[in-house]
Amino acid sequence: MQPDTLIWTLSALCAIAFYLGRHRAVQASGGHIRNLHSLPAYYGYYLALCCGLPALLVLCLWLLFDDKLILQLILGQLPEFWRNLPEDRLSLVVNQIHNLIAGEAGIQEVDPAIRAAADHYQRLKTTGYRILAILTLTVATAGLVYGYRRIAPDMRARNTVEKSLRYALILSSTLAIFVTIGIVLSVLFESLRFFSKVPVTEFLFGLKWSPQMAIRPDQVGASGAFGFIPLLTGTLLISGIAMAVATPIGLLSAIYLSEYAKSHTRSIVKPLIEVLAGIPTVVYGFFAALVVAPLLRDFGVQLGLTVSAESALAAGTVMGVMIIPFVSSLTDDALTAVPRSLREGAYGLGATQAETITGVVLPAALPGIVSGLLLAVSRAIGETMIVVMAAGMTAKLTLNPLESVTTITVQIVALLVGDQEFDSPKTLAAFALGLTLFLITLALNLVALHVVRRYREQYE
Amino acid sequence: MNSDAPQTLDIVQAGLAKRRRRETRFRWYGRTAILLAMTFLALLLANILGRGFSAFQQTYIALDVYLPPGELSPPTPQHLAKVDFEGLIKQTLRRSFPDVRKRRQKRALYRLVSSGSAYELRDWVMEHPEQIGKTVTVWLPAGADVDMYMKGSVDTSVPEAQRRLKDYQIHWLERLKREQRLALRFNKIFFLNGDSREPEQAGILVALKGSLYMMIVTLALSFPLGIAAAIYLEEFAPKKNFWVDMIEININNLAAVPSIVFGLLGLAVFLGYFGLPRSTPLVGGLTLTLMTLPTVIIASRAALTAVPPSIREAALGIGASRMQTVFHHVLPLAMPGMLTGAIIGMARALGETAPLLMIGMVAFIVDPPQGFLDPATALPVQIYLWADSPERGFVERTSAAIIVLLVFLGLMNLLAVLLRRRLERRW
Repeated sequence: MQPDTLIWTLSALCAIAFYLGRHRAVQASGGHIRNLHSLPAYYGYYLALCCGLPALLVLCLWLLFDDKLILQLILGQLPEFWRNLPEDRLSLVVNQIHNLIAGEAGIQEVDPAIRAAADHYQRLKTTGYRILAILTLTVATAGLVYGYRRIAPDMRARNTVEKSLRYALILSSTLAIFVTIGIVLSVLFESLRFFSKVPVTEFLFGLKWSPQMAIRPDQVGASGAFGFIPLLTGTLLISGIAMAVATPIGLLSAIYLSEYAKSHTRSIVKPLIEVLAGIPTVVYGFFAALVVAPLLRDFGVQLGLTVSAESALAAGTVMGVMIIPFVSSLTDDALTAVPRSLREGAYGLGATQAETITGVVLPAALPGIVSGLLLAVSRAIGETMIVVMAAGMTAKLTLNPLESVTTITVQIVALLVGDQEFDSPKTLAAFALGLTLFLITLALNLVALHVVRRYREQYE
Repeated sequence: MNSDAPQTLDIVQAGLAKRRRRETRFRWYGRTAILLAMTFLALLLANILGRGFSAFQQTYIALDVYLPPGELSPPTPQHLAKVDFEGLIKQTLRRSFPDVRKRRQKRALYRLVSSGSAYELRDWVMEHPEQIGKTVTVWLPAGADVDMYMKGSVDTSVPEAQRRLKDYQIHWLERLKREQRLALRFNKIFFLNGDSREPEQAGILVALKGSLYMMIVTLALSFPLGIAAAIYLEEFAPKKNFWVDMIEININNLAAVPSIVFGLLGLAVFLGYFGLPRSTPLVGGLTLTLMTLPTVIIASRAALTAVPPSIREAALGIGASRMQTVFHHVLPLAMPGMLTGAIIGMARALGETAPLLMIGMVAFIVDPPQGFLDPATALPVQIYLWADSPERGFVERTSAAIIVLLVFLGLMNLLAVLLRRRLERRW
């Protein structure tokens, strides 16, 4: 029996258990439901849980581990010669077996031992599924019988069901922690392997980035250099340009909308600005590469400047536009949090509206605004598609916005898209870059959170 | 009192004009900022629409094809699959332009029709077996260059050597136009085909299906998990508990982690550790689930807090357990808000590209996926792939794919807004 049919069977069994449990409870109550501790449906849920939960657990554990177990069994049965191969050759053999099973063996000759192993694998897998089906269904039936026997009018079915539900809720809320741990671990492990090949100091302070590794040892210009500084300056340059575009526009439009605009104008303009946030970044990237970059280059030619086709300016400007709604909505929140009394106090002293805003409201809202800007910077640094499509590939150590620079995210994509081996420093470097990216944005987020908590005035 | 000394009122009045000017200036700053943002939005949309709209039409050429009965019978699918329809079309073209002799010109002649037109012709013959043996006029998709010419994107003032279309080709096209053998029709190829190297044969079906499958996975996982997490944190979690604080910090932080990092996680965990197949909607959906989960949780929590405590107290007062209170009374009332949050999260996931690049969804895939474990691309990834191709035909199709994507996103957001308007209750 295939696992998916098994899951359907199990679901059907649970449904039956539900009706059985409910029926049994009503029967046990002697036709008077008020004799029961819980509503009849809870007995049904209880029995369904008894039946389904342990069986599901067995099923999941089996599916998680059966592949590895079977592989071990097969490798153990391979002839002496294969078993003593070094690690990397062995993984090749495993790959070959997998390909054979998937029917993608191709034309090349396959060693009979491996073919036999593949056949063996398939046999084991089929037997495994058979055992699994028997095991799961036995566990399910056992659970069913156990639960059925326990159902009695004074059994606290509701409490049991609610307790399991509560555990399910707790489990799903801890998922966030597991995701964070998963991110840290997955990125960290690969990064550590990278740093065992390339020293940390070279990565952090190196001024040259060219991740091409030599295919042949005597190749010219193929010594991989993994200096992270040019990527950092490139990222900061583009993010800086983006912030230079987004900060004034976002701030001023938020101030105008929340302080001056009539509610009618506001109800039209605000959603329109939000539309900018809803446009996928790949669209911005396309626009930057196809329209903005050529426009800037032609403009530069007229001024007598040489602007690169992949200039940081083009990518940065478009990224700035993408961030405008982010800045403006966070500023808007900060401004509306400032109580009316402050404004009225300023008006009472004879200040104009502009003076009130610049002298009273903005300083009061400053922590919120600053934290919003920090979050915007973190978003700019982590933004990928715009720079992948509109910024350059070669790492240049420059602060000239008219030249082409590359960013951390661009390099991650460049290193990981396409053919890759899991072991080469090239692939591992992407994870090291991912780790630095994660740490930078994490730091920015934490600082933003801290700024708000530490400096926010409490007005109530 | 010394009346010569300037009074406060005088000082104020002296500066008043300047202050008022500053006030006006300040307002104009705000208006300019809004205007700039709007201009950019208008520019972007106008540009994409202007470029992409033409891709919803495709040039077709009418050819008088003779269907030789000897080669084509019996008209069974097995037999027709072996017939050289390309040769038939070439023959027809040579007959229509008998004065073309040179090899290079002949090759240019064959390029008038799309390379996929042989299949079109085969399908046509299969549908109309009674026409075999006659000469029939069939409309076949034209090649990319012809298509561009018909849509007016070929600049004839450019010197011939720098043009893809030479003068003699334009001459042919003008003749075909006079004979009314060229026409623009609705481009169904764009919606029914997978990716292709030829712009006129490239379509978004694989991407659409891939995106659909991914959205199903993402919705099926992130919505229940997000709601469950929100319910626990809002209704059951003890206050001032270290672990609860940890969870909250983590959720808020995950919401701000760059999407590409989720792609790295997907690559390392789902592909590397669990060994799930690359480029599949399942892995894409799982990765996007992790990415959208924080958004859904945050929105669901907001929806739960919006339900007034009196509802809970009333339910508890008539003897409901806490679980019953939440699931029977609070949750239904918070559902519209949760759904809106989920739809907005879905919309963001639909437009996301970077994590999908990490898990290998950037592949050249022609056949539409049949399930969650078939290789597929997604709509934004297809846009990214086409954006790299220099041909004018692909620029047009990229913009058209963007239009399709934006339409979907617009519909989803509209749905969210409508849902909120219809079901939101003010307490």
